[in-house]
Amino acid sequence: MHIGHNGEVTAHFTSVDDVRDRLAETGYLASDAIATTVYLADVLGKPLLVEGPAGVGKTELAKAVTAALSGATGREADLVRLQCYEGIDEARALYEWNHAKQLLSITANSNAAQAPASAAGPNGTRAQQASGWDALATDIFTDEFLLTRPLLRAIRNEQPTVLLIDELDKADVEVEGLLLEVLSDFQVTVPELGTITATQRPFVVLTSNAARDLTEALRRRCLFLHIDYPDAELERRIVSLKVPNLDDALAESVVRLVQRLRQLPLRKAPSVAETVDWARTLVALHSVATTGAGVGSDLDASFLRANLGVLLKHHDDIERAATLLKLDA
Amino acid sequence: MPDTDGARAERGADGPTHPGVLEPRLVSLGNALRRHGVVVGTSDIIDAGLVVDALGLDDRERLRAGLASAFLRRGEQRQLFDELFDLYFPVALGARTALELPQEHQVGRGESPPEDADADDFDARTADAAALRRRARQLQERLADALAREDESALNTLAATVVAEFGTLRRPGENGFSANQAIEQFQPNLAIARASELMREGPESGGSDGGTADGSSGGGSGGGSGQATGADQGWQPERFTQRFDRDAARTRVVAFRRRVETEARRRNAEIRGVERQAAFAVTTPLERRQFAQTYGVDAAEMRRVVDPLARKLAARMAAKRRRASHGSIDIRRTLRASMSTGGVPIAPVYTHRSPNRAELVILADMSSSVAGFSRFTILLMQAMQAQFARVRVFGFINTVDELTETVRQVGPHGDLLEALKGNRRMTRGHTNSDYGRTFVDFTERHLDAVTARATVLVLGDARTNNTDPCYDALRLLAGQARHIMWLNPESQSQWGQGDSVAHRYGQIVDMHECRTITDLREFVARAL
Repeated sequence: MHIGHNGEVTAHFTSVDDVRDRLAETGYLASDAIATTVYLADVLGKPLLVEGPAGVGKTELAKAVTAALSGATGREADLVRLQCYEGIDEARALYEWNHAKQLLSITANSNAAQAPASAAGPNGTRAQQASGWDALATDIFTDEFLLTRPLLRAIRNEQPTVLLIDELDKADVEVEGLLLEVLSDFQVTVPELGTITATQRPFVVLTSNAARDLTEALRRRCLFLHIDYPDAELERRIVSLKVPNLDDALAESVVRLVQRLRQLPLRKAPSVAETVDWARTLVALHSVATTGAGVGSDLDASFLRANLGVLLKHHDDIERAATLLKLDA
Repeated sequence: MPDTDGARAERGADGPTHPGVLEPRLVSLGNALRRHGVVVGTSDIIDAGLVVDALGLDDRERLRAGLASAFLRRGEQRQLFDELFDLYFPVALGARTALELPQEHQVGRGESPPEDADADDFDARTADAAALRRRARQLQERLADALAREDESALNTLAATVVAEFGTLRRPGENGFSANQAIEQFQPNLAIARASELMREGPESGGSDGGTADGSSGGGSGGGSGQATGADQGWQPERFTQRFDRDAARTRVVAFRRRVETEARRRNAEIRGVERQAAFAVTTPLERRQFAQTYGVDAAEMRRVVDPLARKLAARMAAKRRRASHGSIDIRRTLRASMSTGGVPIAPVYTHRSPNRAELVILADMSSSVAGFSRFTILLMQAMQAQFARVRVFGFINTVDELTETVRQVGPHGDLLEALKGNRRMTRGHTNSDYGRTFVDFTERHLDAVTARATVLVLGDARTNNTDPCYDALRLLAGQARHIMWLNPESQSQWGQGDSVAHRYGQIVDMHECRTITDLREFVARAL
């Protein structure tokens, strides 16, 4: 499908079901809402802003989309990742001139030319040096001396590309300004080179843990997706996909336990990642002590009490959960 | 943008969807969202149109997800959006006759045909109290069954039936449906016990470990299984997760109540008009509700909203401190930057200074006149305690008491309100708030808490009960602190009315109106 909206958009997916199936092939089970939004982001060519609690698979989604794109086009799709942190700047996100190389080039040129006034620089005898300087100036600001950083790399990439801008809320507000041009027009302006426009429109995923409110300007350019903890049915399928040798009845119990824990007033509720870890723990312990107590096809209180640390990461959370679920009884 | 709009309208005209009907609907949905405080731009409505084009109208839930992605910017706006979506894109028109048919197939077990025949005769308008109760019990049985099986369509049908039969307003001259009345008369809570019983007998437990659960009868649920340690057996006589059955059933009943509310809104929208329903009958999001009106709100729910804001507030305070101060010059980056000016270092680059440990002093009014607000204040104090390395908390009514230790002991999720109940050290003689005395006492006894690096946050309504406001004490406090900010739960128009001296205090310190969570969010975004 092509849409005449700010240039060419080439859709990679044909329908919502297509998105869901192909993501499932890569091992990512998407809820209907996730599949719908990914499909829309693809068809409308808009960046996808993903928010949600830690550990629900925001970053995984970008990886899964990359894998799904590779499968479809036959060409390997690239995942370009920009990990944001406090103090990240243009030089780390967009591009930087390779100053050391530029210096070397200048020195090498002047040595080769043996020009007596080569060290005079721009302020020197300009009349004599005019032609030499011009050549040099255009020379050292070329592709050769440009260090591309993730944003520029994603724009210039020839392959199908997924650009993942991870944890954007950690970066300073100025970085968002930097992103606006990239996200709305898919182009980057380098003053010395001019504007570089994307040859193909990358699929952009931005993630945020909402530590800081993103600006309206940025939000307006994106489709918004809030990923919450999956419902019991989906989580059960995720667990059995990730931990295939787990007993079905036990998987059921694990999921119900986790879903219950999420309703308790805890500092950090267990996320999908923790559910899977916990399921793996059970399988590991099961294989070690097949006859041992607690790891049959069901959970048991004292065993759970001892291993609650896999699911909950704060000491007071563990204590509270133990009390509320009457594990100490 | 106009081009895109035009292009879309053209495409829509010969497309499969009918733009003449749909586009005004999207615009009014956008308008309704705006009225409830969601920022919706024209470009968002255009996006929504593109979404409808791309998805079509076949799948309502996908359309919901798609439109949400175009209209929304925050997760918290989702409930509001869902309610409005149900009004503007209703699931059906009128009573749901279509859904009644499959329902009879779904009601499988424990339901005999005569009862359904009975349902046909039942007419809520003429039925007496006894008949209503009988009918309610009958539907509760069905509800328990549907809840246990998590049967979506059966639950929807039941919600529709409940609204139609119990929710119809019966007073003469009134036309419409009431979700409250329906829930009051139907009492879905009575289905919890039966539903958890059914879940216990459900196929999942019955199948795998034979005759375990059924024998132990519904009565001895959680407690019994907790005592059996099962050390000598392979597994529990009763499945471990069964102790959650009752909680799960309760959660599902809450969800069912929401279905009933949605259904009642949908029916009312047909009678009274969508626009009116969208304006008045939608749940005000917690963050836009005034603190004074949050009594009924669960503490955990408030906490979910306040906690992230406190985290942001903390991050902002730390960031501000860092940005305000220049560090030393970073030689390497300065030289690199000088390359673009021919090696002349024109613009120095400073090193990032690592954030200083911000100190925070909270001074909060705990008197009964700001009861709704102080509930929020308490949550904010607890949340900030978790975020800031060094925070000192003081509460006052007419004298000041340090609460730092109490807050720390209670922890971020304990019930601080309870812990403060026995505290008599914030009052002296009477229980009316006295800001002047408080500030004087504070400057005399605790001024050492306010170091030059400290930010002071005052929370209160600045109503002095006509006592001496002691401006000088506050001035002294303001002079000592690095920043001082005041959050006032009253509307700005009431400042200075009656015994309020907010306008005068506002000249000394930076005072902000903070009546809702939204106000707090704006304060966090703008004032810091």
